[in-house]
Amino acid sequence: MSLTQQSGVPRWVLVPAALGAAFVVLPLVALVTRVEWGSFFSLITSDSSQAALWLSLRTSAASTLLCVVLGVPMALVLARTTFRGQSLLRSLVLLPLVLPPVVGGIALLYTFGRKGLLGETIDVLGLQIAFSTTAVVIAQTFVALPFMVVSLEGTLRTVGERYEVVAATLGARPTTVLRRVTLPLVLPGLAAGAVLSFARALGEFGATITFAGSLEGVTRTLPLEIYLQRETDPDAAVALSLVLVVVAVLVIGLVRGTRSTAL
Amino acid sequence: MRRLAAALLLLVTLAGCSDDARDRTTDGPEKTLQVYAAASVQNAFTEIGKRFEDANDGVTVKFTFGGSSDLVAQIEQGAPADVFASADTANMDKAVKARVVGGVPQDFASNTLEIVTPPDNPAHIESLRDLTKRGAKVVVCAPEVPCGAAAARVEKAAGLTIKPVSEEQSVTDVLGKVISGEADAGLVYVTDVLGAGAKVHGVTFPESRRAVNTYPIASLRGADDETLAAYFTDYVVGPEGQSVLSTYGFQKP
Repeated sequence: MSLTQQSGVPRWVLVPAALGAAFVVLPLVALVTRVEWGSFFSLITSDSSQAALWLSLRTSAASTLLCVVLGVPMALVLARTTFRGQSLLRSLVLLPLVLPPVVGGIALLYTFGRKGLLGETIDVLGLQIAFSTTAVVIAQTFVALPFMVVSLEGTLRTVGERYEVVAATLGARPTTVLRRVTLPLVLPGLAAGAVLSFARALGEFGATITFAGSLEGVTRTLPLEIYLQRETDPDAAVALSLVLVVVAVLVIGLVRGTRSTAL
Repeated sequence: MRRLAAALLLLVTLAGCSDDARDRTTDGPEKTLQVYAAASVQNAFTEIGKRFEDANDGVTVKFTFGGSSDLVAQIEQGAPADVFASADTANMDKAVKARVVGGVPQDFASNTLEIVTPPDNPAHIESLRDLTKRGAKVVVCAPEVPCGAAAARVEKAAGLTIKPVSEEQSVTDVLGKVISGEADAGLVYVTDVLGAGAKVHGVTFPESRRAVNTYPIASLRGADDETLAAYFTDYVVGPEGQSVLSTYGFQKP
């Protein structure tokens, strides 16, 4: 074994490490072995599959946009200011990361649902959120937003405030500093956060099925379609699962790309 | 560190052993029967299980409830099930085809659909036709699952096209959307309406007779104790099981 050891990792560590790697990779291999290649293309291009894939891409793009619009200011506030209760706020913002998505779905239902906290307000505005594509985007944004905030806040702290201070002493106004100095500096972190948010939105299942429902072309995203196809057509479920795996691999590649240019 | 790893390993091994030991006690007086049953019979079967345990000393009945097709998939993959009770014949046929069924499946109950609305019935749904009303938010099961297949049959028989706002994964999801007030009406089983009590309002409709769901039960090949498994299925089909099922709203098969 030609293993270049930079620091002294004890040899026995390799065994559990290899086991761990196999634990992650083997299920994916198993999935690939179950794909019916003969009908793969027709399975993933069926009307319902296409509708689900297209809906997933559209809603995930919309929620990624929302994550950027809401998450960048949140990360800036958390990284560049100090105020009472900040650490509590940070913990609360990160909650969707560890919350079971179905709990998130129930919480969203009691917020935006017809009988929810904002239900009447939304009704007065003439909007219908329950069972709409908007509900899907809300569910996805709820679970994906912390990825954006965490990723960007980390980058903001790593980059530091030196250049911002210099720009400010040279007379640049805060908005100019943000636009011309801070954002260009943290762009790789922002991009990584956006890609992670997109991936999380694409995989969203629990909150969506609890909060938005499931109807072809409106709320039935790819993970929901996979879950439903399992009932009658396991081959289609496997084929669509593979599509999601491929997308996930591409996403990880993209993040690694942005990360390596950052360093 | 090494000691910790060794301790962990030991723990895992021990846990594995004790599990094995529990599953294999078939020759002693203590017996465990693993029953895999459709989610819709959960309440009725839990009571039947208790009565069966009372009537048979040393027997413990353990239940796994879930969607029928999920259960078939688990049994096919080697889940330690002794008895399978399905919410429809299609999934029992799947199990038979997969050669996991030991005995001959017997029908033990039937169930029909009923309209369910929130207690105040905001959309004033009084008949199946009312579900096609403009503006009424109706949820049904997806046609891929048994309750959705039944809904599709009822629609076809009545010559109606319901445009649901959502096709849910299971009958409990439909019920949940109605109880929470998100939907104005849904199509669920008679037994679900009964089980939800005052939280919902039920509307029966004559067309429901056009889609009767039959529930079959069978002992499984490779059951730990085939006699006990067959005995349980007979108990469910027999007068004791039938009287419990009828109190939960199930009809005779």
